[in-house]
Amino acid sequence: MLARRAAELAKRSIKTTAKAQGLRMAVSMLDLTTLEGADTPGRVKALCAKALYPCPEPLAQPVPMVAAACVYPRLVPVAWAALRDSPVKVASVATAFPSGQSGLDLRLRETEAAVAAGADEIDMVISRGLFLSGRHTDVVEEIRMVRAAAGAAHVKVILETGELETADNIRRACDLVLEAVADDDEINHGDVFLKTSTGKVSPAATPVSVLVLLEAARAHARATGVRLGIKPAGGIRTAKQALHMLVMVQETLGPQWLTPTLFRIGASSLLDDLIRQLLKMEHGRYTGMDEVALT
Amino acid sequence: MSGADRIDVVKTGKLYIGGASPRSESGRTFTIEDAKGRVYARMAQASRKDTRDAIEAARAKGLPKWSGSTAYLRGQVLYRFAEMIESRSEDLAGDLQRTGSTAAAARKEVAASVDRMVSLAGWCDKLDQLLGCRNPVTGPYHNHTVPQARGVIGVVTPAQPRLLGLISMVGLTLVPGNAVVAIVPREAALQAITLGEMLAVSDMPAGAVNLLTGDVDELLEHLGAHGDVRAVLGAGLSKGQRADLRRAAADSVLRPVHCVKFAGDDWVKDAVVSSPWMLDLVVDHKTIWHPAST
Amino acid sequence: MTAAEGTRLEYATAPERLRPQIDASYGLFINGEFVEPASNASFVTTDPATGRKLAEVAQGDERDVDRAVQAAKAAGARWSRLKPSERAKYLFRLARRLQECSRELAVLETMDGGKPIRESRDVDLPLAAQHFFYHAGWADKLQFAFAGATPKPLGVCGQIIPWNFPLLMAAWKIAPALACGNTVVLKPAETTPLTALHLARIMQEIELPDGVVNIVTGAGNTGAAVVNHPGMKKIAFTGSTDVGRHIMHSLAARDIPLTLELGGKSPNIVFADASLDQAIEGVVSGIWFNQGHVCCAGSRLYVEECIAEEFIAALRERMARLRVGDPLDKNTDVGAINSAEQLERIEGLVSCGRDQGAVLHEINDDPLPSRGNWHRPCFFTGVEPSHTIAREEIFGPVLSVMTFRTPEEAIRRANSTPYGLAAGVWTDKGAKIFDIAARLEAGVVWCNTYNMFDASSPFGGTKASGFGREGGRHGLRAYVQLAEARS
Repeated sequence: MLARRAAELAKRSIKTTAKAQGLRMAVSMLDLTTLEGADTPGRVKALCAKALYPCPEPLAQPVPMVAAACVYPRLVPVAWAALRDSPVKVASVATAFPSGQSGLDLRLRETEAAVAAGADEIDMVISRGLFLSGRHTDVVEEIRMVRAAAGAAHVKVILETGELETADNIRRACDLVLEAVADDDEINHGDVFLKTSTGKVSPAATPVSVLVLLEAARAHARATGVRLGIKPAGGIRTAKQALHMLVMVQETLGPQWLTPTLFRIGASSLLDDLIRQLLKMEHGRYTGMDEVALT
Repeated sequence: MSGADRIDVVKTGKLYIGGASPRSESGRTFTIEDAKGRVYARMAQASRKDTRDAIEAARAKGLPKWSGSTAYLRGQVLYRFAEMIESRSEDLAGDLQRTGSTAAAARKEVAASVDRMVSLAGWCDKLDQLLGCRNPVTGPYHNHTVPQARGVIGVVTPAQPRLLGLISMVGLTLVPGNAVVAIVPREAALQAITLGEMLAVSDMPAGAVNLLTGDVDELLEHLGAHGDVRAVLGAGLSKGQRADLRRAAADSVLRPVHCVKFAGDDWVKDAVVSSPWMLDLVVDHKTIWHPAST
Repeated sequence: MTAAEGTRLEYATAPERLRPQIDASYGLFINGEFVEPASNASFVTTDPATGRKLAEVAQGDERDVDRAVQAAKAAGARWSRLKPSERAKYLFRLARRLQECSRELAVLETMDGGKPIRESRDVDLPLAAQHFFYHAGWADKLQFAFAGATPKPLGVCGQIIPWNFPLLMAAWKIAPALACGNTVVLKPAETTPLTALHLARIMQEIELPDGVVNIVTGAGNTGAAVVNHPGMKKIAFTGSTDVGRHIMHSLAARDIPLTLELGGKSPNIVFADASLDQAIEGVVSGIWFNQGHVCCAGSRLYVEECIAEEFIAALRERMARLRVGDPLDKNTDVGAINSAEQLERIEGLVSCGRDQGAVLHEINDDPLPSRGNWHRPCFFTGVEPSHTIAREEIFGPVLSVMTFRTPEEAIRRANSTPYGLAAGVWTDKGAKIFDIAARLEAGVVWCNTYNMFDASSPFGGTKASGFGREGGRHGLRAYVQLAEARS
């Protein structure tokens, strides 16, 4: 039924006013991301500029800033400098992204360093090796320790759904995150996110995998009242896909989740399509590739 | 055997219900006479209540055991039954002969009955493979259709051929695991008695086969209208009987009524009687869907 | 604990804008052309979502049925002897043309019947086309379909179809009949005749030989004329158990084959070891698909007692997400009730449920459209097995929720019904699935899914749900005579 439900929700027709609202909502929920070996301060500065001013021209109804810029730890200072006076958050992947294959102490130190350099949010990876070899309590413990190392920064737990492969595995991994936060009495809504993927493994944020995350968050909210955030990332390139994600969130978790505090989309090129669609709605014609500034 | 120095022992035929051999609750009997017009046997004449008792026994006792046994076991039980018919060949042929068949015809009919049961026995563990299949549905689903026992089946056996008709109709209904409540016309009552005697000492679970001898016209509607009868299979019925049966079946819970029309030598042809398309009349096809994905 | 509250994404109306050409009036389709009925009488078909009149449709009587049968009989002489591979080609043509016209027909189906456009577009039309495509391929392979037996056409088949899947049911009936070399007189439902009549036009376009398919519209009397016509060599009916019983009765004196696909009160059994989120989706699709106007609707829900409270809460939450309204809006999940009579029947049974002490849970109390026929999706808890709503088919968006303690009890309760059309089982235990699926008295068992249909998958019931199968290899049996079977 997962695939059937996901497909059914993809058929929601989001047009006219709903589309205008949805596109802006998606921009505001975007974790604009660059995670390449070739990233430089210059590249990150350009990204941050786009995060602040996503649309090349003022539209009748303003286009919001994105939610966060997501970069490697070394580049956090650059992003922090560019965004410190804005509401746009600095997110950083830590914990030996994307594989997670370093010693725990190194991963914790990397987390602490990223937070110290100004990261508001840490996108950690779980150790899929531990998970797949059945060492589930160790996975739970690592999540707890990374959260502790991250201090006040929000933590998005990347499950790397493409490596877990089955819906059952994905759900089990979600449940480990739920377990890791269960004894935290201080936790606030959106302090912890379930995130699908690093973007380095395919398939990434498939509708089915996202639906599994949403169902896990729903179960957690029913049981504890705590709203975990959700972040699909990887492979979301079109406005249509993004709108589908919003529909899935609304119809699985409810509209209370449709806020950047609880829902993000991790993507690099998606923003361009969102902007092109907004421009199309504004001008009534399709925008050329060159009319949207490069990310 | 009859002679001035000895008084005949007239056979008393009873019904066969739930593995026991009761008289009709109505107390009624009818007689079977031999070729010379002398009373050879007195048979119980089944009533509406006997029919009801038989259906209840079939549903409560016979069906769960018989439909719950493996196809391989059903095949063995039916084969064992063929062996029993073979060993009672003389009796059976004698009865046929005494009540109108020639010696040659009687022997032939008994042999055909044994062979029919052997043929049917072999169907038990093959029917699913011929009548069932996997369906190539559009989408990630496993989908298959399998023939299953329908449940209690009402059977009306023909007046001719008495033994082969009875054995064929009861036997084929048993193949997929159904329980049988058979109305046997007076003409074939003697054969039904012997069949019942054999069943009583066979491996067939009590209640899997129930035999009611008597007046077809009287019992037909009660059989067709009972809510626990899931299908009716009749042979040798007149146009009026077929209509009565269908009307009875339609009035309560619906169930299919199949009236087969075999010509004279059809009964001896396995290709006609022991065919998957006859067996198809007494199975129900169940289609099962299950997602096939991770 | 604080967090910014989210903002609802307000779905704008997304109306299907295409409007099919609907004529002011329609004749009967006999011998390849549209003709006036003998009585010149007609009836009105309306849009149940608005009450608006759509068209006048001819009311056929015995004389018209007779004309249709004569046409079908005459056509049958050629059709049954046509090279099977040529017969196949006509069916392939039909399938293709149906695919090309599917958007228009989907809209027409939704306008005439009230079902959401999403369903007529994504379920009814694709499946209807698939049925023609699937059966086309059988036309020249029939001799392989019946082990050791030789199939022959039956002749003129009388077919009577319901209003819940009008075009799809026409396809289910016509495709196998034609593939097997028979000709057809079809009687569509009184409230939903239009798509069948547009299908007739497609038959003209693809040059299906005249008289191979004849469509006689009308009400119950027209149906009776079809059943009672002595020229019929087979009757196939889909509809209520009461009418099915009546038909079987009418045909008692005639030795022609009959197939009946009738009502149901299908159980949907959810075990505690099921994936509950998926089971909820299955329950939703089981009862609220097509407003519950589905013969195999999972209208009796049996939940394992230990999870009942949690499951019912989740079901209530999920039900609240259904979007009820304009069937032509692409975002509508639950459309209009097909007719005022049906609405009245549903309302009667719902109030009976209340009177007998069951507790009604409705989607919400949002106002329903002021015109047309509407009923809120709802379910009952506190239902006892003896309650009317646990036994009678409601044929509406109304679910009865009950519980069980053990698998044996689940099977007993599920089978405790006169009906036997379909059943659902939800558990992640494979062995349990096989055991329970085998023991449920139903023609179709959906395990960890529900309401799935396919042209290759035999469909049909047992007990008071009728007999015979439609679709798949098994469905062919209803449209051939096997010389070897002598029945």
